[in-house]
Amino acid sequence: MSAPFAIPRWADLVLVPVLSVVTAFIVAALVVLAIGVDPWAATVSMVQGSLGSAEGIGFTLYYATDFIFTGLAVALAFQAGLFNIGAEGQAYMGGLGAALVCLHGTALPSWLLIPLGIVGAAVFGGVWAYVPGLLQAKRGSHIVITTIMFNWLATTLMAYLLVNTLREPTSMQPGSSRFVEGAALPTMRAMLGAVGISTAETPLNVAFLLALACAALVWVFVWRTRTGYEIRTVGRNPVAALYGGIAPSRIIVLTMALSGALAAGVAVNEIMGVQHRLLLEFTAGYGFVGIAVALMGRAHPVGVVLASILFGILYQGGAELAFDQPKITRDMIVVIQGLVVLFAGALEGLFRRPLALAFAGFGASRRDRPAKPATLPAPEPSE
Amino acid sequence: MIEAAPNPSAAGASVAAIELLGINKSFGAVQANRDVTLRVEAGSVHGIVGENGAGKSTLMSILYGFYEADSGVIAVNGRPVRIASSRDAIAHGIGMVHQHFMLVDSLSVLDNVMLGAEGGALVAGGAARLRTRLGELARDYGLVVDPDALVGTLAVGLQQRVEILKALVRGANVLILDEPTAVLTPPEADQLFALLAALRREGKTVLLITHKLREIMHITDWVSVMRRGEVVLTRETAATSPAALADAMVGRRVALTVTKGRARPGPVLLEVRNLVVRGLNGVPLVDGVSFALRGGEIAGLAGVAGNGQSELLEALAGMRPIASGEILIEGKPVRLSDSDPKGMRRLGLGHVPEDRHRMGLVTSFEASESAILGHHGDRRYGIGPWLSRRKVVGDLARKMAAFDIRPPAPRLRTANFSGGNQQKIVLARELERDPTIVLAGQPTRGVDIGAIEFIHRRLVALRDKGKAVLLVSVELDEIIALSDTILALCAGRLTGERRPPPDGADNEAFVADLGLLMAGVTERAA
Repeated sequence: MSAPFAIPRWADLVLVPVLSVVTAFIVAALVVLAIGVDPWAATVSMVQGSLGSAEGIGFTLYYATDFIFTGLAVALAFQAGLFNIGAEGQAYMGGLGAALVCLHGTALPSWLLIPLGIVGAAVFGGVWAYVPGLLQAKRGSHIVITTIMFNWLATTLMAYLLVNTLREPTSMQPGSSRFVEGAALPTMRAMLGAVGISTAETPLNVAFLLALACAALVWVFVWRTRTGYEIRTVGRNPVAALYGGIAPSRIIVLTMALSGALAAGVAVNEIMGVQHRLLLEFTAGYGFVGIAVALMGRAHPVGVVLASILFGILYQGGAELAFDQPKITRDMIVVIQGLVVLFAGALEGLFRRPLALAFAGFGASRRDRPAKPATLPAPEPSE
Repeated sequence: MIEAAPNPSAAGASVAAIELLGINKSFGAVQANRDVTLRVEAGSVHGIVGENGAGKSTLMSILYGFYEADSGVIAVNGRPVRIASSRDAIAHGIGMVHQHFMLVDSLSVLDNVMLGAEGGALVAGGAARLRTRLGELARDYGLVVDPDALVGTLAVGLQQRVEILKALVRGANVLILDEPTAVLTPPEADQLFALLAALRREGKTVLLITHKLREIMHITDWVSVMRRGEVVLTRETAATSPAALADAMVGRRVALTVTKGRARPGPVLLEVRNLVVRGLNGVPLVDGVSFALRGGEIAGLAGVAGNGQSELLEALAGMRPIASGEILIEGKPVRLSDSDPKGMRRLGLGHVPEDRHRMGLVTSFEASESAILGHHGDRRYGIGPWLSRRKVVGDLARKMAAFDIRPPAPRLRTANFSGGNQQKIVLARELERDPTIVLAGQPTRGVDIGAIEFIHRRLVALRDKGKAVLLVSVELDEIIALSDTILALCAGRLTGERRPPPDGADNEAFVADLGLLMAGVTERAA
């Protein structure tokens, strides 16, 4: 899969996403203007709310943590040429894994219980992605279809369990009972406090560092190991992979399982870090945002982290904006986020062609514009 | 000598069918056509030869309206015209037969010819007129094709006729043929040449793109040589020779034949017994093939593309399941259950795949990454699960020096190398391992003459080291020049085995004989 238009690498990596985001914001500003709010005031309110205070930053990074996990999950699958739409369901099932460990391991010390909880989440999330992977590899069932179906399965299964099996007998709310203290992840406030820095009380916890570590690990795994090489080969040219003695089915199953385990990081952040109990629909669509994050981040861990922070700003800043500007409802925020997803994710190729033309114009004389660059073959097709 | 006159109408009594004046065309920094001036006489067969990347296809694409030239004039019958689309080209009487046919297999010949020229919402009238027209064409040119046959059921040579019919029905006076013989058996090619002669007789003009000099000498009246985007020579064919044309193509003298010493056949390294490979629908693609390949020997598989040689090669490489039969490597039978690419590589097999883009390389990878495909598990590229970038890059840097791969930039994207250098990357990967048996599929496809020589020398050197080489090529010349023994395949069956004439030069009778075998005319008691 080669880039159809020749543009410098830096422009592809930096200029394209920046232009996409700027366009999204311009369109969003027009929408904001249309409902009678000053776009500049809205922007200030959004940036202030998300980055203007320690509390704002804490919330922004807390949201970003979820997006890093799901973004990495989608990005890793992308590298193998798989479109994992099921990060939502995998994260959800990851919550079940974490909860089962935390609810039954009450006697364990914290240093053991927390890692076991994380493993529980990863295993459940991984299994939930492994099955669609297996169906794709062995039966040819398309991963997009099966992962979407598995999202629904996860939703209904969890609703059943939370209402009938895991619900605290005395509660009317579909949720598990509260975990023991030892299962709670250290908050960022507590950790910074330990080294003498005092910060605001926010949901930000150690899962954020775990997310960054996962991003680094994904990078090392994909670009520095033999298995990563095999994943990238399968994703870019499955026939060449076969030629190279790589079994695509093994790679598909493995990549999906790892992808699901990454998605389950959301459960670690939300269930073990913040809620301390298993709740209905705690994933709140983060799995789907992960698709946009991975697209925007060009399926690269660094890009995923940056895109996650941007989406964190949108979530936190958007909440503040809705609070500051009564005319802007929660639904408006979703519209703005949707515009970013649309331009940065779905339409990310929009600026590639004009940019290619612009660079061709700088590079050579005005005359040699490619007449039909979209179909430009090598000057002489071989045989 | 016909260096075209600067003014389209000043050329004298006869008006050229096509005249190109000062055509320039660039793709970014690459100038594909540079100040091309070409005069094509009406009623002639004009050949255009050149290495891959010389700009032949670009020039024809400009003439047929796929690209617009950056500058320059196209004149048809002496009048300057603008050709912005293939529709314009057809309107000016220019037709093109592409290398890959643009036909609908599930429609009849008549429907295919009519497609896009139905002449109204109701097809019955147009179909009746077209049927009459096809009859006329069959009479005038000997272009006989059953109008009601389904195109998918026709042989390749007949499908090509349908393409030619399409162009003629649309009123083409100038016919462009892009590498028309690439897919034909020698007898089919002879029929095509007879057809071209008939077209010429009726006053049509033919532009023949090819890189087979034999065809140029055989059929053309005029020949132009392109090199690096320029037309470097235009001559009457009778006044030139293959050696002179080859010289002009590469700008230096090259040997047209492969210089190699006598083969010293060693022990049998690869033996195949009754090998059967089936397609998805159970049809045998390789049908009971048996042969033995000795060390110190190059065996060529001759056959028209699609007669089982690709499948045979892929089955031997472990990429295709084998339905039945036996493979023995150095006398030891290979368990068919573990004949996968990894296993076969471990048994000492090097595989240069036929299609480097689809199979041999990952074009979006850095060259260094493409250069370890299939060997990425090797100890020398890192410890345990790790892949050391330094070692991978260093490894290709060494191979680039040994195989003269240009540019010597291991970290450049594979797609940014020219076809010849991409092929050298594959060869460096597969040959540098010192394999015992080399499966070489189209080793010089789309590669320029300089690199062809280099690749041929490498294959001969392997042979001389006592390795066994199995060669598949669409270039019969290449098979004859390289092989010590030739196996002819037709419809998945071996139809005969021949030794090429000792001088290695092309020998008419030998080619004719081989052509018969490739066409499935098996040897009578001989």
